[in-house]
Amino acid sequence: MSFNLKINGETRRVDADGDTPLLWALRDELGLTGTKFGCGVASCGACTVYLDGLPTRSCVTPIDSIDGEEITTIDGLSGKASAAIRQAWTEMQVPQCGYCQSGQIMAASALLAETPKPTDEDIDGAMEGNVCRCATYHRIRAAIHRAAEIQEG
Amino acid sequence: MPKDSGIGASSKRREDVRFLTGKGKYTDDMNVEGQAHCYILRSDVAHGTLDSVDTSAAADMPGVRGILTGEDFVEVGGLPCGWQVTDRFGEPMQEPKHPVIAHGKVRHVGDPIAVVVADTLAEARDAAEAIDVSITELSAVVDMAAALADGATKVHDDLTNNLCYDWGFVEENKDAVDEAIKGAHHVTTLELVNNRLVANPMEPRVAIGDYDASTNDHTLYTTSQNPHVIRLLMGAFVLGIPEHKLRVVAPDVGGGFGSKIYHYAEEAIVTVASKQFGCPVKWTSSRSEAFMSDAQGRDHVTKIELAMDENGKFLALRTDTMANMGAYLSTFSTCVPTWLHGTLMAGNYTTPLIYCNVKAVFTNTVPVDAYRGAGRPEATFQLERVIDMAAREMGIDPIELRMRNFVQPDQFPYQTPVAVVYDTGNYQGTMAKLLEVVDRDGFAARKAASAANGKLRGFGVASYIEACGIAPSSLVGALGARAGLYESATVRVNATGSISVMTGSHSHGQGHETTFAQVVSDMLGIEENAVEIVHGDTAKIPFGMGTYGSRSLAVGGSAMVKATEKIIKKATKIAAHLMEAAEVDVEFKDGQFSVAGTDKSVAWGEVCLAAYVPHNYPLEEIEPGLEESAFYDPANFTYPAGAYACEVEVDPDTGKVEICSFAAADDFGNVINPMIVEGQVHGGLAQGLGQALLENTVYDENGQLLTGSFMDYAMPRADDLPSFEVDHSSLTPCTHNPLGVKGCGEAGAIGSPPALVNAVIDALADKGVVHIDMPLSPSRVWAAMNQAG
Repeated sequence: MSFNLKINGETRRVDADGDTPLLWALRDELGLTGTKFGCGVASCGACTVYLDGLPTRSCVTPIDSIDGEEITTIDGLSGKASAAIRQAWTEMQVPQCGYCQSGQIMAASALLAETPKPTDEDIDGAMEGNVCRCATYHRIRAAIHRAAEIQEG
Repeated sequence: MPKDSGIGASSKRREDVRFLTGKGKYTDDMNVEGQAHCYILRSDVAHGTLDSVDTSAAADMPGVRGILTGEDFVEVGGLPCGWQVTDRFGEPMQEPKHPVIAHGKVRHVGDPIAVVVADTLAEARDAAEAIDVSITELSAVVDMAAALADGATKVHDDLTNNLCYDWGFVEENKDAVDEAIKGAHHVTTLELVNNRLVANPMEPRVAIGDYDASTNDHTLYTTSQNPHVIRLLMGAFVLGIPEHKLRVVAPDVGGGFGSKIYHYAEEAIVTVASKQFGCPVKWTSSRSEAFMSDAQGRDHVTKIELAMDENGKFLALRTDTMANMGAYLSTFSTCVPTWLHGTLMAGNYTTPLIYCNVKAVFTNTVPVDAYRGAGRPEATFQLERVIDMAAREMGIDPIELRMRNFVQPDQFPYQTPVAVVYDTGNYQGTMAKLLEVVDRDGFAARKAASAANGKLRGFGVASYIEACGIAPSSLVGALGARAGLYESATVRVNATGSISVMTGSHSHGQGHETTFAQVVSDMLGIEENAVEIVHGDTAKIPFGMGTYGSRSLAVGGSAMVKATEKIIKKATKIAAHLMEAAEVDVEFKDGQFSVAGTDKSVAWGEVCLAAYVPHNYPLEEIEPGLEESAFYDPANFTYPAGAYACEVEVDPDTGKVEICSFAAADDFGNVINPMIVEGQVHGGLAQGLGQALLENTVYDENGQLLTGSFMDYAMPRADDLPSFEVDHSSLTPCTHNPLGVKGCGEAGAIGSPPALVNAVIDALADKGVVHIDMPLSPSRVWAAMNQAG
């Protein structure tokens, strides 16, 4: 079957079965490899993308369930919150192996856009679905606070 | 004033630019034109005879290019084990063949049975369902004690029993240790389990085989911590492909923690399949496959006895351990419970007599190998737990007891009774630094406040030492290693003065591209950005042993220093020629060559250009060009050490443990990039605390893995851990490598489990609880509280 998906501001055509998870449509059909596979059961957050701005696990989102929503991936992520997150991530040296960081940045940027001054509890609540085996959590927490300062200007 | 570049500066990680934008290039992000996909059909029983594998129906399924079974690998070698352990009686360990694909028998859930190569993964998976596999199930051997019992079912029919080896260290000390324990004032005895872990790097393993029939060249793209080691093991020992016809590429790798050191069957499978079926072949592990095919970690059962005099002075230590090997011997599995474990049993202490017995056991479970720390966490955990228990039994403060027994700063170099010589250290110094960070005096008030809220508060400490910078080749060779453990580097100065450094070390989260550039740029007095670090491709880098055992800076960095020193030596000769001066009079500083006492000078770039455009050049004396290689074989291990403190609150109604604070004082020797080091410590602490509090790998009595997904295997998440206090300012530089560095990657995972468990036992001491095995889950803690006393 053929599906038209709105991805990062462009309409992209995907020829695949309707139950194909969005993650594999992005990676295998469209070559958007910034979004990563971690578990396939929505338990790690590596595959996080936005559907109309809401963080969504693309590994369990069949493409035939997407009904015109705008899809944003790490490759197309932009805006004030994500710029602040990326700057803070660089300043505080958050990544180690980097593999989960696409998902971490998607989740953190969504948090900051929604909650400009998050508390530690807000951060833990928003980020606990994103596993980092290098365990960069300590720095993620600090960097989100730093990004809040950057965003505020 | 902190430096802003070079050695000692927290230079920003250059890797992060690509990682923050989704542009990292991991193996699964790669696709080779014309590639097919493979699906591996794996055993769903832990033990059985493989009576037949009928692939005829599957072969006719849509998209199928071909199918491989164990028959296709009968003539090739098994996956090799890299370390021969000799047992107490001088006999070699029992070493079964580890077939690439199971043949005759399956020995663990996940053992590969057949490989389907098809145009798409979905077609390969569909065809695999049409393979008719006939297995006669045998009783599974899961428990180690049962595996060693007389008459136990054998995992390998061609071996005598399930005992891989019975190792004693130091065997000559055994009788003296027994005597000392018999006559001691007090002996503290503890039986404990070091729980089995799954490394679970976020990037699952991936392998792509690409064979070029026109040149007979193989390329393997793989998620490896050591591409040259894979090339050597697979090429020479399994498939018989000479090195010059096999290129192994490990691009960005999404975490390893040990589990990506080893040569795995899938690497050989895609290599063979690509040649046999005439197309590149890609395999991507699912998470479920990772749980049943990645080598797992730890899994020791130990009894430890510590003998003391009336003042708490340690007199002797005796340990008995069963170490689970799983169904086959993974690449470095055999050295983990022996040479990476027994040699660390002295810890930070002057215990004069030590005997360590280890029985390595085959079971019908996934193979076990090194996982972050590898042997040293197991040694540290038992030692630091038994010391805490001894302190309680003797009525001595646990920090005081440690201080009484620490090796003193003036005793270095210190010869331990377990072979290794600690070159330097200051255990009192890191403990003092730790006590500056934690408010121990305020603990009583905090405990009272917790009690007022119905909670039990506890405080625990642990010291640790580890042997890193692996390793002196002659030493490990004498101990059974089938490899040298040096590292290599090539420093190529380009014509305009920029630098390419080719290193045998591999970065998969450690930030080498940044740190290594800091070292070389600092030595040459040039911009960090003028230095590029190349790693992960056997076609580009010199033969090197890769990254594990916290060795990259201590060994790989030392090779880089040696190669850079050769560059400076040659460049000085060129500069002397250009300035018409004697070489001995030329000084090199901040990227400038000058003649002492004159105003003569030439810049770095001028010398580099002269090397490549040798119009005015001492050609009779030296060759053109400026490129040097070095191999560095360390003189000794390095010995990072430190002291950790943990404070917890336990909810007596639920058994839930909350970590209130955690502080680490480490001695890593000199530090190149403090922020990278601190990040490594954070990660190590989290993995250690994960082991202590959350993680466990559980097989049922039939050998079925019950914790085979992220929903069943609990890893630390953002809300499980506090922010850590870390300090590395109490340092003693390593005395035998040029940078004075020791290694930092594993420390956190080694020192943190006993600190946490000691804190929880402290919280529960009034309830009569003396020990709980990890992980300290609410149900275990609650049960211990309610069963004790």
